[in-house]
Amino acid sequence: MKYKQVNPMQKWQRLSGLLTLLVLIFLILPIVIIMPLSLSSGSFLSYPMPGFSMRWYEELLTNYKWTKALQNSAIIGISSAVLAMVIGLMAAIGINAMKKGAARAVVMGLFIAPLMTPLIIMAVSLFLFYSKLGLSGKMLGIIIAHAILGTPFVVVSVFAGLQKFDMTLMRAAKSLGASSWYAYRNVMFPILKPAVVSGLLFAFVTSFDEIIIVLFLAGPDHITLPIRLFEGIRDELTPVVISAAMVMVLISVGSMGLIEWVRRRSEAAKEA
Amino acid sequence: MSDAATPNPSDSSSLQLGPPKARPGPRGGPKNWVTMGLVLPGLLFFLVMFVWPIAQMLSHAVYSPEVQIALPRTVAAMADWDVTTPPSDAIADALILDLKNADRGDLASAARRLNYEQSGFRAALLKTAREVRRSDGAKGYQALLDADKDWADLARWRVLRSAGSAYTSYYLLTALDLEKRPDGSIGRVPGDRALFVTVILRTLWLSLVVTVICLFLAFPVSYTIASAKPGRQALLMLLILLPFWISLLVRSSAWVILLQDNGLVNTALLKLGIITEPVQLIFNRTGVYIGLVHVLLPFMVLPITNAMRAVPKDYVRAAFSMGASAPRALFQVYLPQIWPGVAAGSLLTFVICVGYYVTPLLIGGNQDQMLSYFIAFYTNQSVNWGLASALSAVLCAIMLLLMGLYALVPRRGGTTAGR
Repeated sequence: MKYKQVNPMQKWQRLSGLLTLLVLIFLILPIVIIMPLSLSSGSFLSYPMPGFSMRWYEELLTNYKWTKALQNSAIIGISSAVLAMVIGLMAAIGINAMKKGAARAVVMGLFIAPLMTPLIIMAVSLFLFYSKLGLSGKMLGIIIAHAILGTPFVVVSVFAGLQKFDMTLMRAAKSLGASSWYAYRNVMFPILKPAVVSGLLFAFVTSFDEIIIVLFLAGPDHITLPIRLFEGIRDELTPVVISAAMVMVLISVGSMGLIEWVRRRSEAAKEA
Repeated sequence: MSDAATPNPSDSSSLQLGPPKARPGPRGGPKNWVTMGLVLPGLLFFLVMFVWPIAQMLSHAVYSPEVQIALPRTVAAMADWDVTTPPSDAIADALILDLKNADRGDLASAARRLNYEQSGFRAALLKTAREVRRSDGAKGYQALLDADKDWADLARWRVLRSAGSAYTSYYLLTALDLEKRPDGSIGRVPGDRALFVTVILRTLWLSLVVTVICLFLAFPVSYTIASAKPGRQALLMLLILLPFWISLLVRSSAWVILLQDNGLVNTALLKLGIITEPVQLIFNRTGVYIGLVHVLLPFMVLPITNAMRAVPKDYVRAAFSMGASAPRALFQVYLPQIWPGVAAGSLLTFVICVGYYVTPLLIGGNQDQMLSYFIAFYTNQSVNWGLASALSAVLCAIMLLLMGLYALVPRRGGTTAGR
């Protein structure tokens, strides 16, 4: 009798294990399955491939419209991430020092709001705003918009880091004669560095992947990689689209690996 | 220089080992300005570049001064016009004077604005403007009738008068398929002009279906992760989050390649003899569901997994050992404990889904576009910013409503402390 009572749970566990496997296949297989197509020597995105070649990667790295897009994405991604980092780092330290209450909650909410705002609303509102400001069709406009998009990641990540930061260290530094700036620079920042770096990378990947805002704000000279990809998917679906996609996957997954590495290293340092 | 991040000396009485969690007591005093100095630049940046543009865009939903700018004298003259009688010569003269003096750009905006409410108004207004500019001595009601005989239509004058107000309910009403009738009452627009309620309902329905599918898929996944050994948990989590890191566009292109008529799935099914001709799997609702679930599933899995981790396994085992049936153990013991996670995940998924744009655009058909698509359309293609703003306001209202719901979800310490 007792045996039979334990059985249902095992059955459920096996069933959920099987379903999990299916879901994982659903999540990952589509991405994996298209990857080899970037090495196809043919012009069509279908299996079986006629042969292997690097021609699509060659096209990606030599064709102006792709290289320009890659360059734009890199410039916008890096500048907006750095801007987001500066704003986010300052804001997080400031918010952490604010006394708890409505003001603090509102400020925190404001800095996190872009995460929850539909991108289309940000895109349209900035489109209208920039047209009055004379910022439309300028790269600076896109960088500003992406910086706003990236700031929440830095704020959240640094704020979480500050919750673990032992403020007595700052007092210790001061009591040993350190100036305020010296204490920030040589005590707080080194400890916060992993949090800042992961926020920075999140902001970069967000900008690197973002398409809606760029669609609305970019002039013809500011086509980014996602936009080229978007046009490629709609117009000419050739393997060069997949090779561009592979570059994006590589950069995103590379950043993720970097974040994980930074996290592990900081944890290891803490244990040591 | 003082330091904002260091607690007041008064706090040192409660000095504790490890990270200080709550710092009781006010922390005012001379240190506040450093805090302000740190937060203020970002705050200003956000207010100017994020809050202000959105507020301004939303204001376009009700604020529409085009007619007032282009035809100020007419608007003033019509203030005490009796809507049942033909307009006086004074009103007509004001209009003629306005049309002669109006800036071309302003007049075009006003004409466009008037045309939304009565088609044909734009052409009539611009034609009349040309006519009265040509003849110097044009005066009175009759001059207008000579330029365009439809000025005899009182409905047109009523439109002119109502559009003359800087504030209008027109766009918001249109976004909800409503209109103001001549007698001032508000009613539904005729079926052939109704468009947006369908779109709003479609957006909500699509998001609901995607949320429910995600919920059913996330449940076993979260359960498996939560009950796995720690090392395996990390690996499974990494796999679930992997697509998260891969561009939306890459994933959309993957689905196009897989699901199109001559794509891998159809080819495989044809070769296996399961189907005789390609099945339409993409550029329709099926494609949108597949694409959106693929994108949003991680948002559902994360909170539910966190909730499930916090539930001791013994509880369900205890329920079984006391003779509970599987459904009873599920509904009366397990579900109530993970409910906050389920609610958080569902609302998060729904909220994100409601605002989606790119995925339906790339892998959906015409009948699968959501609110975002129409906001983009009225901004870019049809340049009806008032309507785009009104639709944005609807989207914002839905989001705020849902986030209000989200705030009501009870949160236990256990769901987040389980990490």
